[in-house]
Amino acid sequence: MPQAIIPSGVVSVAYIGATILFILALGGLSHPESARRGNLFGMIGMALALFATIFGVVTDNFTLLIVMLVVGGAVGLQLARRVQMTQMPELVAILHSLVGLAAVFVGFASFTDPNVHFTGVEKTIHDIEIYIGILIGAITFSGSVIAFGKLSGKISGNPMLLPARHWMNLGLLLVTIWVGGQFVGQSAAGGGMAMLLIMTVLALLFGIHMVMAIGGADMPVVVSMLNSYSGWAASATGFMLSNDLLIVTGALVGSSGAILSYIMCRAMNRNFFSVIAGGFGTTSGSSTGDGEDQGEVIAIDAAETAELLKDAKEVMIIPGYGMAVAQAQHIVHEITRKLRDKGINVRFGIHPVAGRMPGHMNVLLAEAKLPYDIVFEMDEINDDFPKVDVSIVIGANDIVNPSALTDPNSPIAGMPVLECWKGGTTIVLKRGMATGYAGVQNPLFFLDNTRMLFGDARDSLDNVLSNL
Amino acid sequence: MKIGIPREVHPGEQRVATTPEVAGQLQKLGFTVAIEAGAGEPANFSDADYAEAGVEIVSDVRALWSASDIIMKVRGPERHPGLNIDESDLLRSGQVLISFLWPAQNPELLETLAAKGITALAMDSVPRISRAQKLDALSSMANIAGYRAVVEAAQHFGRFFTGQITAAGKVPPAKVLVIGAGVAGLAAIGAARSMGAIVRAFDTRPEVKEQVESMDGEFLLLDFEEEGSGTGGYAKVMSEEFIAAEMALFAEQAKEVDIIITTALIPGRPAPELITAEMVESMKAGSVIVDLAAEQGGNCKLTEAGKVVVKNGVTLIGYTDLPSRLAAQSSQLYGTNLRHLLTDMCPEKDGQLVVDFEDEVVRGTTVVKDGEITWPPPAPKLSAAPPKKPPPVAPAPAEPKKPSLIGPALTFGGGALALFGLGLVAPPSFMAHFTVFVLACFVGYMVIWNVTAALHTPLMSVTNAISSIIIIGALLQISSDELWIMLLAGVTVLIASINIFGGFAVTRRMLDMFRR
Repeated sequence: MPQAIIPSGVVSVAYIGATILFILALGGLSHPESARRGNLFGMIGMALALFATIFGVVTDNFTLLIVMLVVGGAVGLQLARRVQMTQMPELVAILHSLVGLAAVFVGFASFTDPNVHFTGVEKTIHDIEIYIGILIGAITFSGSVIAFGKLSGKISGNPMLLPARHWMNLGLLLVTIWVGGQFVGQSAAGGGMAMLLIMTVLALLFGIHMVMAIGGADMPVVVSMLNSYSGWAASATGFMLSNDLLIVTGALVGSSGAILSYIMCRAMNRNFFSVIAGGFGTTSGSSTGDGEDQGEVIAIDAAETAELLKDAKEVMIIPGYGMAVAQAQHIVHEITRKLRDKGINVRFGIHPVAGRMPGHMNVLLAEAKLPYDIVFEMDEINDDFPKVDVSIVIGANDIVNPSALTDPNSPIAGMPVLECWKGGTTIVLKRGMATGYAGVQNPLFFLDNTRMLFGDARDSLDNVLSNL
Repeated sequence: MKIGIPREVHPGEQRVATTPEVAGQLQKLGFTVAIEAGAGEPANFSDADYAEAGVEIVSDVRALWSASDIIMKVRGPERHPGLNIDESDLLRSGQVLISFLWPAQNPELLETLAAKGITALAMDSVPRISRAQKLDALSSMANIAGYRAVVEAAQHFGRFFTGQITAAGKVPPAKVLVIGAGVAGLAAIGAARSMGAIVRAFDTRPEVKEQVESMDGEFLLLDFEEEGSGTGGYAKVMSEEFIAAEMALFAEQAKEVDIIITTALIPGRPAPELITAEMVESMKAGSVIVDLAAEQGGNCKLTEAGKVVVKNGVTLIGYTDLPSRLAAQSSQLYGTNLRHLLTDMCPEKDGQLVVDFEDEVVRGTTVVKDGEITWPPPAPKLSAAPPKKPPPVAPAPAEPKKPSLIGPALTFGGGALALFGLGLVAPPSFMAHFTVFVLACFVGYMVIWNVTAALHTPLMSVTNAISSIIIIGALLQISSDELWIMLLAGVTVLIASINIFGGFAVTRRMLDMFRR
């Protein structure tokens, strides 16, 4: 067997360097100014780790390695260049699935590797590590593929609710544990491949079932949860291969995703488990969900909207998924620029779960080159609404629903919302009177100080802009 | 149909029911408009202006009344001094009269109008619902009255409103107290504020506090719990204790403020007496009281309706015709209110008036239809507000969720036990890795909380790129002699490198957009 070029001690040092760089990369994201540097740290860390591994560990098959690396890199760069900012959630989801798939492959390869020899407890632990690594990897893979399908519209965004789904999940879990026990036993005797394959199929099914049951509005939670899983998968792989770099990096990513999921859940005032269990908006639906007559909505046209905006001093723009769908962020920027030129203070209020992934709206607004210092978090600006003259809600619904605060029977009760109705006038841009993802009617539309501007967000805003 | 606008005959009335501008818009609805010669003169609209807008000028009063299908006036019919007959005698069956009529106060006028077989719409009876705001003439007039009240007060007040520090000495700002923060009160607050005075306001309805503050006035709070909101945005009669507390507040304020503007009215009742003779006495000489409720008996005992009187050095202004004193403005707003009404009643824009009783606004406004008294209207449906839901029966979610210590304790205890168990059986090499793992989780936890929410998407794409460090696993395996392991590792390298390059590149692309 040929020797590696770099001694193993140096490889360890390089891994420590890479670990530190990864931590700095995540730390850099605390502010937009330092974020680009953070990303650069991440790249350097990755390059360092790759370099050290390729020259310090790999001893053969360099051709295959380099070819795969170059082809994969080229595909990745192309994806990154081509993707539209509105499709970012899909891209992230499909990239997660790759990590999951990689974890599955590495797990199988490790299991069948004849060079790995353990005995006794170590053997058992190693087998369990493989088992868990493949399990998480497979769930991440199939779950991310379904999430990708849902986000890109290839699969219906509605939750698919099988009867007795909770029992099914519980059954799957028990079966998985039992199969795991069988696997460890058989593996000690030199077999176990069949059990490993059975578990993989079960895990794939579980991933599919889990994401299928989750509605579109909960997508931010799902995407960040899968992000977390991909980290745990990497970490489990690290245990399997006794590689600290993988363990640390995986743990970093895993806890990052878990925290994001937690933040998203808190933003919707929902329990993590109830999101994962699925079925948003189907549980109670008793009170306002049915087409109860709430009064009349007052429509407005683009010219009147422009007049209102021109007369305002404080304008708040609340974007939602509808802005992403209509690709209206550039026109929003134009309108913002015009209004700011007139001395009107235009700000943006972003709800944490607006859009289909955490921070989705921020990315879209940044793409339109909106200065990020006028884009605010819900918590930062919610108290300012009484001072706002005009709020524009662009394609958002549940995140501005007053019944979340007033109606304890509402499916979204208790979810913090942007309290735009406390301001002067709220203009809601909407295609029609359909309900939001939560399937809840929105009393905001029927308030005295709300005006509805019906139509495609981009067309409507175009007209508003031409009237300014 | 032809709209006729006679000249107002009430002494001192300077308003007119349409302006040249509004007349032009009425013609667009398909109506023809005729006006009595000189009707617009007091409000500074000349006959020539009207003629230019396409309005027919009629000098003969009788001809105008008889030729018109719709008569639009400001004041209701009264004795015509020139012809020496009542204006209602000029009406003929089938005509439509639109003006202020005050049906509650003038039942006999309604009888007269009904006897004539006409249709009458009272601009003071427009239902107070949001859809009808554009034709709410009472609000228009109240707005003007509030503004004019401040102008009248300034006229009779011997000092600046605004505070100044000049070479000739310091001038303190005037202190204005506005009682009743309805439309008129708010307009008065705004006008006085913009002249620089310190403005305080009081109202029995606590919900108007925000409105007062939005006009930059200071809302005087009464340390007393009672809800003063009646229906239709008006106040209701308060309890005796409340009134006592209120009077104490006014007595205290009267000693301090320079100008009091009272706008307190309760529908269908004489105005409440809020400023007593003693309070007037306690005011500084030169102070001014403007009583907008003078016509309904006055909020101040000493005011005399329609007059300016001076008592104890305090000027009491009791004008009842404040809108008329801003005739051009009032005419324009009133004319526009009328136009909105006609627009609603003429859906085809063909100059035909449709009295549609299905329309809540038209139903409420119409007091006589084809000779039949239709006042008072049925109670308006509250279309604006969502129907009040029955109070939630069981406040289930309101149950205080005590942050139970048992849950976390169980979790941590269980976790600790599991860890100890693991430590008992696991070999040292595993525990070393496990230590690293747990520490890394904590580092991640600490670092991620600092990430700003705006960067959550880049965070996910960068962590995604980083998590493809799993490629190391494949690299460790790719040198295997087993063909199938080598190929599997090769494919893994391929997909992981897609992730590495794609993830970092897209993060970079996103972050490049986050520029100030």
